[in-house]
This record gives sequence, C-alpha cells and structure tokens, in this order.
Amino acid sequence: MAKLVAILATTHHPFYYRTSLLPAEEAPPFAAEWIRKVEAYRETLTRARPDVLVMVGSDHFHQLWLDNMPQFLVGKAPFYDANHYNEEREFGLPKLLLKGHEELSAYILREGIDAGFDLAFSNELRVDHSITCPIFTVRPQNDLPIVPIYTNIFAPPLPRPERFVQLGRTIRQLVDAWPSDLRVAVIGTGHLSLELGGPRQFGPHGPDPEFDAKAVEWIASGDLDGCLAEVTLDSLHAPGNATHGFMDFMLMMGIAGGRKADYADNLDLFHTMEAYFTWYPNGVDA
Amino acid sequence: MSKYLVNKFLYTIDRDPDLVERYRADPAGTVAWWESEKAGEILNLPGGERTTWLSFTDAERRALVSHDHVALFAMGAHAFLTLTLWIAMFERDFSEPLGMQLDYAAKLARFSLPYPDITT
Repeated sequence: MAKLVAILATTHHPFYYRTSLLPAEEAPPFAAEWIRKVEAYRETLTRARPDVLVMVGSDHFHQLWLDNMPQFLVGKAPFYDANHYNEEREFGLPKLLLKGHEELSAYILREGIDAGFDLAFSNELRVDHSITCPIFTVRPQNDLPIVPIYTNIFAPPLPRPERFVQLGRTIRQLVDAWPSDLRVAVIGTGHLSLELGGPRQFGPHGPDPEFDAKAVEWIASGDLDGCLAEVTLDSLHAPGNATHGFMDFMLMMGIAGGRKADYADNLDLFHTMEAYFTWYPNGVDA
Repeated sequence: MSKYLVNKFLYTIDRDPDLVERYRADPAGTVAWWESEKAGEILNLPGGERTTWLSFTDAERRALVSHDHVALFAMGAHAFLTLTLWIAMFERDFSEPLGMQLDYAAKLARFSLPYPDITT
C-alpha cells in the first residue's frame, strides 16, 4: 500500500513569492522572519521524501465560474499549467507547469465517488495560487507529480464545514488504501480570519486575532470536535468575509484524523495570520 | 437584481488586460458595449448560443458606470471580484503601499455585520 508520509496544512499568501525575492535593502521589516519560518516549514516536507503530492486548494474565480460551479473537483491530467494573468499582475507570480499523477487522480475519483462524494473532474485544469503558493514555499523545485483537489469556499451556496471534514477523512482512507508503493504527501492551503473587499481588509493584523488564536489551537491540538462545535457556515462570516477558506484547514484536520500536529508555527503579518502545520501519520521517519 | 451578471461583468473585465484599461478609461462606454455585446455570451459555448434574458438593473448599471465599489458591495457583488479589478485599475493612483486598499476599505466603513449577501 501507499504510505502517507506527511500532511501539511498552511495558509497561502500570494505575496510571499515576490517578498522572498526582494534584495535585503528593499525587503519589508517582516521579510526575514517570514522567509526563515517558511524555510523551516519546507524542511518538514523535505524530510518526508514524498514521491507524489495531493494538493488541496480553491480556485479564486479563475477557471471555475458561476455558470458551472463544482463543489469539489479533482484534476485528472498529465500536466497542469499554473497561475493566471491577474495573479501575475497583482502578485508577481510567474507561470508554472506542474506534472500530474493521473493514476492517483483516477483512483481518487473512482473510489471517492464510490465512497459517497460525487466529485467533479477536469482534464484541462489551470491551477491558481492556492496550489502554487505551497509549491513556491515548500517544494520550489517543482519536481513532483500532483493531484489537485479544488474545494468551493468562495461561491455560495457552499458545502458545510462537516462536509469538508468528511472529505478529508475520505481522502485519508483512500490514500492509505491506494495499491502503490509510492510515498504520498497531502498539502492543503486555506485561510485563518481574512477580509478581502470589505471594510476590515488590510489592517495591521488579521481581522479577528481572537479567532486566529483559537483556530491555531484547534489545528495544532487536533481538536476537531471543538472546532466543529463552534464553526458553521454562518459563524465564519464574523471573523472576516473571506474566512470560509478556513474550511480547507478543517478538511486537512479530517485527513490528519484529529491528531495533534507534529509541527506548528505561525506568524502575525499585516493583514493576516500565517500558519504552518505538519503531521506525520506514520511517524517522522516512516 | 442581477448579481450574477454584475459578477460576470467584473470577472470578464478582470481577466482581460485590454478590457481593464478600457473600463478604467471609459466606464460608460465599456458597460454599454459589454451589456449589448458580451452579457449574453456563455463562456464555454460558441458565440451563437447566447443567453437571451440577462440585463443589468438601472442601479447596477449606474454603480458600474460610476466605478462605485461601495454601491456594488451594498448590492452583494462578490467582494473578491470587485477588489481584484479595482486594484488592477486604481492601485497605480496611490503612492503609499496599500494606500488604495485602505482607502477602499475606509469607504466601506459604514457596513457592519451581516454584510450584504453575495449568494447568486
């Protein structure tokens, strides 16, 4: 069977790439610590020696649109072009080409559908910064095949938080049972409290530091029950109008099975809390 | 209320660099042209298979023509779409980093929770 060697759940900050390339004299004061934390986080993936990456993210109205909006979608293609014109424009993100792992995509689709998730699929998917930010941060050599899984955290009506957790649990079961000798890492990105396009955007911290502290504690301690008891589709409006991206963290907690994270770090930035978590479900040296 | 069509306008303008510039420079002309020529295009269908029933309300047309992001927010236009396009059009007019984004937020200061519903 395949071995699930690491689970990474992190925020995706589209400005990291550009910030990390600035010469020291032009870099903002927070850049050095940010880079140090990201490089330490990268090591948590490197040491797991993965062969293939399952990558959970959410399209930001790039390819997926309101005329035809899937709730959960699995990419099934041999390659994925990545990043879009407006991400290059706004964030300075370069275009990328990622390899796909079609066999694992096909397996997740078949078994996921049979397990009760009517997954949509795409044979021609251009992935966006929700997938490429973690490539830049934790696998900048971009040398591994991926299976992208998109969730709808963006265009209501959304699936409820419980559904994200259930999908995470299902992905875990599927990866554990995949008849393969490959080493799989799952990397998912989302948000803590976040406001975009509203009155609380771009403040000195995330819009709701109290929510962020609680969220970090839920994830780090693996407290899925506590998290599910408090988080609903309605409650997520309060910490910030883009906070539904937290449900991707909940999906990742589902994959981790409510276990305490083996690695947890965070960084308070100017309009958001950055957060980095890793689990080693089969032990650090599996 | 045609929130979907307002979002479709923001989405299709934002993804095309020429249209971003055209909408910045000539909002009235761009909105009128777009509503007559582009509103009915289904993005994944050939040009002939047009939607026949979509149009803006007067208030929506006015908000788009006057670059009024506060009115768009009040109508429930998707906040991410509006912000992204506004950054593309207007960030260049501010000299301080995040100056445009903070000005944009300050103009929305009268809104408190719950915000207008963005469900389409």
